[in-house]
Amino acid sequence: MARIAGVDLPKDKRVEIALTYIFGIGKSSSKKILEKAGVDPNKRVKDLTPEEVGRIRDIIDKEYKVEGELRKEIAMNIKRLIDIGCYRGLRHLAGLPVRGQRTRTNARTRKGPRKTVPGRGKKRGAKK
Amino acid sequence: MGRSKKKGPYVDPKLLKKVLELNEKGEKRVIKTWSRRSTIIPEFVGHTFAVYNGRKFIPVYVTELMIGHKLGEFAPTRTFHGHGDEKKKAKVKK
Repeated sequence: MARIAGVDLPKDKRVEIALTYIFGIGKSSSKKILEKAGVDPNKRVKDLTPEEVGRIRDIIDKEYKVEGELRKEIAMNIKRLIDIGCYRGLRHLAGLPVRGQRTRTNARTRKGPRKTVPGRGKKRGAKK
Repeated sequence: MGRSKKKGPYVDPKLLKKVLELNEKGEKRVIKTWSRRSTIIPEFVGHTFAVYNGRKFIPVYVTELMIGHKLGEFAPTRTFHGHGDEKKKAKVKK
């Protein structure tokens, strides 16, 4: 029943939380949306009236960039960095941290699972 | 954190002077520079800079998309050719 911005609808959650299932909406924008739409954030999604859903949907459609559109924008931003060949673009290409973090250790989010190299170990900073 | 708006973007004064001169006369010529910290401003578009990376000058042709970045971002200072593979390592230095 409650289907906003394409694909989203967890029925038994509070609206405030349910809205965060939409990519691009976190708790803080969720709160703002509900305040603007005049909907009680503690109400469950299944208890919303169609009008309330409509108002929420209108606000999101008009004022927020969500889901596919947002993903596209992010991809475009990264593509731009790569195309102009700047340092940040090169880091994206290499799949390494972009914002100057250390890579001697950690950086596993960007680098993915550890690849063990024989003969490495016992060196300081490379514990475990 | 960003730089104060009041000050505007930083551009090395000497470099800025050179660029403006070239703009007045109608461009061409590569500008050699060590000023990697200079922000690329709209006036730079279409020029080619030879940006020093600590070893040699990297030619950087400036396009509109590069505005707001620093010159140094386009001239990498580190060479990394991957781990292992001795053949690759041999040809690293030019």
